[in-house]
Parts: sequence; structure tokens; C-alpha cells
Amino acid sequence: MYVAVKGGEAAISNAHRLLADRRRGDRSLPSITIDQVAEQLGLAVDRVMAEASLYDRSLAALAVRQSRGDLIEAIFLLRAYRTTLPRFGNSVPLDTAAMQVERRVSATYKDLPGGQLLGPTFDYTHRLLDPSLLTDEEVDEPARKPASGEEVMRVSDILAHEGLIEADGDLPQDHEAGDLTREPMEFPMGRDLRLQALARGDEGFLLALGYSTQRGYGRNHPFVGEVRIGEVEVEMEVPELGFAVSLGRIRVTECQMVNQFKGSSKAPPQFTRGYGLVFGQSERKAMSMSLVDRALRADELGEDITAPAQDEEFVISHSDNVQATGFVEHLKLPHYVDFQAELAMVRKMRADIEAARAADRGENEMKDAAE
Amino acid sequence: MDVAEQTLLTGQAGRRRCVSLLAGAMADELFAAWDALKDKPEAKPVRGPETGLVMVRGRIGGGGSPFNLGEATVTRATVALASGTIGHAQALGTDKQKARLAAIFDALWQEDATRDHVENAVLAPVEYRLASEKKMKAEETAATRVDFFTMVRGED
Repeated sequence: MYVAVKGGEAAISNAHRLLADRRRGDRSLPSITIDQVAEQLGLAVDRVMAEASLYDRSLAALAVRQSRGDLIEAIFLLRAYRTTLPRFGNSVPLDTAAMQVERRVSATYKDLPGGQLLGPTFDYTHRLLDPSLLTDEEVDEPARKPASGEEVMRVSDILAHEGLIEADGDLPQDHEAGDLTREPMEFPMGRDLRLQALARGDEGFLLALGYSTQRGYGRNHPFVGEVRIGEVEVEMEVPELGFAVSLGRIRVTECQMVNQFKGSSKAPPQFTRGYGLVFGQSERKAMSMSLVDRALRADELGEDITAPAQDEEFVISHSDNVQATGFVEHLKLPHYVDFQAELAMVRKMRADIEAARAADRGENEMKDAAE
Repeated sequence: MDVAEQTLLTGQAGRRRCVSLLAGAMADELFAAWDALKDKPEAKPVRGPETGLVMVRGRIGGGGSPFNLGEATVTRATVALASGTIGHAQALGTDKQKARLAAIFDALWQEDATRDHVENAVLAPVEYRLASEKKMKAEETAATRVDFFTMVRGED
């Protein structure tokens, strides 16, 4: 028998009203604007766009404000929004070599074409809390120097000249890029689908897995060939026009991880690569992604699969924080009937065991008496 | 390549530049140019403005096979002028007013009588702003370039 239970409506409505109040906080303080969130909490906005897999700064800022700064909730909101929209088409693949670079560093070459460009980085700060940010002090304009105009050459292209590094990943000519949002996941999956999953994967999860490979669980001897952050043009073919046009620019972070590889039955000794590409400015995520991408190529490169980071099904099935939070958090929803059923079952098991014990005791007493 | 083909190509390159700059324009810039227009044309909506998604693709390793990186919001519009000229616009974001105006300017650019206004009041200022922003960013980044130097030891 199924019994519908009602009665939460007033409580839910008042809870949401209370949520709105707490979100607004102390009314004597000015309320925060979407532009302020987008401008001054820009990296939170970037993370929401990356893991929601939807690039839109204003909507991501709105989601951050609506979720009171709970970024996984914000990611959830933006993912839900995207399901309401039709898809107009695919972009022309981004050309990250043509990026307007805002930051580019390499750990493998000191002097390289384009140079080491630090950009707006937390690196080399002392990580001391800055009391000047307690108040609204004037901030200096950035320093400027004439740009050299020198091409910021890809590190992978420099190494490629010697033939000691594998090429960019090429799938068969007729391979159409898979899309996780359109087809159910199947394992093993192609590297294209893995990269899509990793690009939207949880930063903390990928960070932990990348770290685990450094600590020896599937070690792959990585060097940051380069990390670059900057804006790239998004172009799309417009059928009505018959050619590709620019839709505007987006900021992305790209990481080329270069890994020492002693060779296997499938590949000669060379440098192999892991790749990371993420919406917005997120070096930690792009680096973690490239470590995990490389670890997940174990099978392709003929390496032993011994560690969690090399287990494709494990990694990809658990990298999405919207799925993860949905399943973990559903546990708090009413399970009254399930629990009653289990309670009745445990009571019965307990009663059966106690009855059996009592019967045993009875038999033993009879035996003792007989002896 | 014959002359006709060549004209077609310059035409295409010109239109491509126009449509791309209109996508890079800010709504305010388009509104200002629209306000400055003496004879405002009537433009019938053919499609939209409507917001949807574009799947942004990357390449494995930066230059390899394409993969799906994630989506971006895009808003597009198609309008028809009384003369029958069709204008298209599409730009990242969700601004429908901007898409509608950009489509009208695309149509006006195709007409000889109004092309100059679109060039002077919209495309040139937008192109100039984008170039200035690009130059400024490049200079700010250049100031953070590391100049390595080696300490010379006086041993002789």
C-alpha cells in the first residue's frame, strides 16, 4: 500500500523565505551586485563556469550570489539553467596558440620565445593577510611596458623539433568528438570524452588524484611544460552566411604537462604528455586535469594499472560534483518507509536470534539436570 | 581565380569582419550608433532574438583532434529591412537587444547608402576600442615578464 503524506508546504515556503533573509544578511550593509561578484570574486565565478560547463560570467556571478557563495550549489544552478536552452551548434576548435596571453610560465625552459610572463598570480606572494583590504584603499594601476610582439611559442612545439616528445593527441580521421551531455557514458571511453569529463570535473577531486600520482600512486614524472592563461576567439560556422564568424572572446587556462616515459612494448622512450584546458583562470584545475589525463592514458601507453588515478571508470564516474552531491545529499530526504521496513527487519532478526539462544539455553539446562 | 571570384572573396572577408566586430561590440556602442542614425529603418524580425548554446571545442594537446570543452551562451537574431536585405547577428552572452541591433547594422552594412554610417559610427570605434584594450593588456603582461640575469663573478 502506498500512502501519500502531505504537510510540508508551509514549512518549505517559510524555509525559503528564511533562506532569502539569511542570503541578504545584515540590512544595514549595502547589498552586493552581480557586477561586483563578477569583478571582485572573479576566480569563484571562473570555477562555477568551468564545473558547470557553461561559459557566461554574468549568469555564473548570479549563481554565486544566489547560492550564498556555496560554489557547488552555484554550479548546480548553472547546470540546471543550461538544460533549458537549445544548442545552436559547435564552435570551431579553439586556437590556443593564438591566445592573447595574460600569463605564461614554463618549468622546463628558462629562456623561451615569448618569455616567462607572470601575469596576475598569487605565486611569490607571502600569503600574509593584507590589512589594507580591510578598508577600501586606492589600488595602483598596473605597471606597463612596451610589448615585444614576439610570438609566445608553445613549449610542445619547441620539444617537437627534436622528436623526443609525442605529438598532440590525434584520434582517427573519421572520429567525431563524443559528447557526454548527449550520450550515456560507456567505458572504456576515448580521450576526447575523458577530457570533456575532466574539464567539468570537481577541482578538489582532480587535485587530490593529481597529488596521489605525485606521491607514488601511478607516478608519471611530470614537468609543467607550460601553463598559459588568456583570451581566445570563439568562432562558429553560420550556415546562413556560409563561413565562420567570431562570437566573441573567452578566457581559458591551458596546461601542457610533459612526462618522462621510459618506454614500453607499445611506445619508445620519449616524453609523453598530459593536457589540461579549463574555462576561466584556474591554473590548479588545469594542472590537476593534465596530471589525471596523463595517468588515465596508462592503458594506451602500455603501463601497469595499479593506482586509483589510472582507473578510468573510477575517476570519470566520480569526477562530477553535481552528480556526486545529488546522490550524497539525497540521503537527507525522507526515507521514512524504507527505514520502517529495515527497522521491522532488524527487530525480527534480533527476535529470531534471541529465540534461538533461549532454546539453546533450555536444552543445556535440561542436559545439566539429566547429568 | 577570376575577377568575379575575387570580388566575392573580398565581399566575404568584409562581411566576416563586419559580423565579427558587431559581435565584439558592447550594447552601449550599438545603442549610441542607433540613436545617431537619422532615418531609422524598419526592420522586421525574421528569427529571434533568441538565446541558446554553442558547444565550445578544444583540441587534444592544443593542436590534436577536437574535443568538447563545454558550452557558452550565445544570442542570435535575424532581421529583414524593407528593401529585403537580411542581417544576421550572433554573440556570446544573453543580450537580446544587442543581437537585434547588431543584426540591423549587419543589414545596413550591406546597403550602399548606409554602409559608411555603419563603418564610421560602429565598426571603426569598436575596432579601435578592441585594439586599444588588446594593446593595454599586452603591455600590462609585458611588465610582468621575468628578465633573468646571471651574476658575473670577478675571477680574473
